[in-house]
Amino acid sequence: MTLAAVLFALGVAGLLVRRNLLFILMSIEVMLNAAGLAFVAVGARWAQADGQVMFIFILAMAASEVSVGLALVLQLYHQFESLDADAASQMKG
Amino acid sequence: MFELLFLVPIIPFASFIWLATVGSRTSRNAVAAVGVGSIAACTAISLLITASYLAAPPAGGAYIQVLWRWIAVDSFMPQISFYLDTLSLIMMLVVSFVSFIIHLYSAEFMLEDEGYSRFFAYMNLFVASMMTLLLANNLLFLYLGWEGVGLCSYLLIGFWYQDNANGTAAQKAFIVTRVGDTAFAIGLFLLFSHLGTLDIQELMHRAAQQWPIGSSLAVVASALLLGGAVGKSAQLPLQTWLPDAMAGPTPTSALIHAATMVTAGVYLIARTHVLFSLAPPTQLAVAVVGAATLLLAGCSAVVQSDIKRVLAYSTISQIGYMFLALGVGAWSAAIFHFMTHAFFKALLFLVAGMVIQALHEEHDIFRMGGLRKDLPYAFWGFVIGGSALAGLPLITAGFYSKDLILWQTWSSSQGSPVLWIAGMVGVLLTSLYIYRLIFLVFYGEKQMEVSHRPGWRIKLPIVVLCVLAIVGGFVNIPKALGNVPAFTNLLHSALPQAAERQGTAITETLSEGIAAISFALGLALAYLLFLKKQSLAESMASAALGRAIHRFWFADWGMDWLYDHLFVRPVLWFANVDRNDFIDSFYIGLARLNELTWRALRTTENGRIGWYAAGITAGTVVFLAIVLWT
Amino acid sequence: MNVIAFYIAAAIAVVTTVLVITRKNAVQALLYLAISLISVAVIFYDLGAPFIAVLEVIIYAGSIIVLFIFVIMMLNLGQRATLAEAKLLQPRMWIGPALLAAILVAELVYLLARGNTGAPAAHVISPKQVGLALYGPYLIGVELSSMLLMAALVGAYHLGWHKQSKPETQDVHREYATSLDTGGGPVRAGSGRTAGAA
Repeated sequence: MTLAAVLFALGVAGLLVRRNLLFILMSIEVMLNAAGLAFVAVGARWAQADGQVMFIFILAMAASEVSVGLALVLQLYHQFESLDADAASQMKG
Repeated sequence: MFELLFLVPIIPFASFIWLATVGSRTSRNAVAAVGVGSIAACTAISLLITASYLAAPPAGGAYIQVLWRWIAVDSFMPQISFYLDTLSLIMMLVVSFVSFIIHLYSAEFMLEDEGYSRFFAYMNLFVASMMTLLLANNLLFLYLGWEGVGLCSYLLIGFWYQDNANGTAAQKAFIVTRVGDTAFAIGLFLLFSHLGTLDIQELMHRAAQQWPIGSSLAVVASALLLGGAVGKSAQLPLQTWLPDAMAGPTPTSALIHAATMVTAGVYLIARTHVLFSLAPPTQLAVAVVGAATLLLAGCSAVVQSDIKRVLAYSTISQIGYMFLALGVGAWSAAIFHFMTHAFFKALLFLVAGMVIQALHEEHDIFRMGGLRKDLPYAFWGFVIGGSALAGLPLITAGFYSKDLILWQTWSSSQGSPVLWIAGMVGVLLTSLYIYRLIFLVFYGEKQMEVSHRPGWRIKLPIVVLCVLAIVGGFVNIPKALGNVPAFTNLLHSALPQAAERQGTAITETLSEGIAAISFALGLALAYLLFLKKQSLAESMASAALGRAIHRFWFADWGMDWLYDHLFVRPVLWFANVDRNDFIDSFYIGLARLNELTWRALRTTENGRIGWYAAGITAGTVVFLAIVLWT
Repeated sequence: MNVIAFYIAAAIAVVTTVLVITRKNAVQALLYLAISLISVAVIFYDLGAPFIAVLEVIIYAGSIIVLFIFVIMMLNLGQRATLAEAKLLQPRMWIGPALLAAILVAELVYLLARGNTGAPAAHVISPKQVGLALYGPYLIGVELSSMLLMAALVGAYHLGWHKQSKPETQDVHREYATSLDTGGGPVRAGSGRTAGAA
């Protein structure tokens, strides 16, 4: 559990620091993984299958999110010619 | 007939409404007909009521007509009601008649003016307010009329509003009288809180019962009422507005600032005389104010060069006489002088207007001269009116009224020789300035040609007023000369007689004689300085002392300068300091705080994902912290 | 549960994750991420969840990382991007996020320490149990995730479309092309929708 917390925090740090969209997505994956780890650990603690079931859902969700996210990254790259997250800041103000 | 009393203020008010709304779209004749006609109706009704009163006076000497209850709050229940006793009867009659004369005059005088209907509307509103003031039965209703006449005075002084100077003069009048009005209002608060009513008769009754003579409450209340009277009647120290009020049309000056409005203060004090009798210090103050004012204004009048300003200072001075009379307890003498003053002062203003119009709006008397033959009506009007003003013995009204005042100043138990001497000096000054005016305008070399001849509507009022200025005094002739105390007797039911001191050094006749000598002295001086040996006058004026005195008196004994430095400049300085409204800066500060917060928050909405993620994380951290520590 | 294996795998996971978020080259980061995921799979096996461990490797490390790599390949960034990345990533930018992350960790650990975490039970949960749970009480979850996957499929297909890659279908899908022309692509339209909704 502590490990999960540490990994999650690392994911957060990565998310906040990096401006490259790909790295942001990677950090999100890290976080999701950490969350899944937490679930499984808890499930193992109580010797129930529920934790693993949750992990499966998280996995499915992560997969779909990654695919859509990467598609968006492609579109963004074609739009702005860069992968900088700050380039897509037209909704400011 | 008495039931018609309420029509006296209502008819002018109704005609004001008509003139104000519809009048500007109707012909001049219609406007004049309505404007003058309403006052004529007013006068007719006043005459009818007077006749009824004299034939069969109502019980108790007073008739009260209640219209409705105005306010009903707890114990404060003033009514809209009119009170008719001999005092208000005489005032109503004089005011309505003089107003009618002046309205008739102005029907022709203002004929070329664009604001014809506006003028008559304001004048009618003024008459309505003045009647309200005179006939009011409670002090609140009187205050309503008081404010109404103040408003009309403002509107009419600034009648030719296109010229800023007129507006400024109107503002000055309004503000200075406002100071007096505030004192009046505070006096009303005091009276109500201590005596529980504002109904005049009831008030006087309770005051006489509850307050001993000389009680501090009575002194304070009457002093506050005196403050109001001083403001409205242009006495020391609030007299500075009246000379500048001459910026208004001449009929206005005649009606408001000579015959009627400025006497409202006199009326107030006469009406509440019980209160003043209960407060001898205040009454002495009234006399002193009157005496000082009449001297001060008389001196200023001697050096003025604008024809209307001379008459304005003369008005201030004559009302000083009325105040002097009130102060020594000669109540009916003050009203007598009011009546005669209304006649001759209105006459003087009307003929002054005639001269001004004939010379194409020329006001400077040093540019006039030799008009004796060209304007006979004006000349005789001035002579008769001026003599009445100065008190030409035996044949003018002013002589009788002024002498009554002077005699009672000496002989009354509240009078004193000092005040009597002041009055005498005033007679000399009065005679000096009015004859100076006459000599400068009508004698000597002609400097300007007459270009305008008056019509019957101007000549008739002047003739009527001339007659009245001569005959008006015969209603009260002193003992030695014929003993006709009709006027005083008439007023006896409303105003008490002045108590006489015993064993006085001079008799009434002697006082009259001395007054006649002062009059003659003034006339002689005027003749000498301004007709015969004008070089002497000039050398006096050009000497260093003479120049200084001239300047000092010309500027109204420096009062304008004093007020300017004492009040106007500090207020302006403070307004300047407050230019950015530092009191308001609190609210501006709030708005700025809002703006700053907005700016700060705006930077967080920059569309950058990293920022938003950081925000979410920080929020999570905080949230967890809260969870952990509670 | 094998404690040593757990700690070694945990250490590897942490180290590689740190390396992931600090690399300048995207491909390197991805490879480290893959290693991190595999070590987490080891931990899963250690916790008695073999089925999940396998799933982790196949789906997470297998397809998701590969997907990332494909995208990087398609983007064809080159050396320039790596240099730009180096300029963006300066040490002082780490302060804030590191602080936030540290506080987060501290709080989570504190929570965990306060909580009631006994020693994990040492038995294995077989795939059969998981399957039974999935098709039993969690049936709705399964249906929903299938819908989610369907939506993701369609979305990714549609979003990944752009003019240059499919020239021969322009006649048929002219409306898409025009929308790309005028609207500037679904990304713009997407943000427009978002703006409208907001």
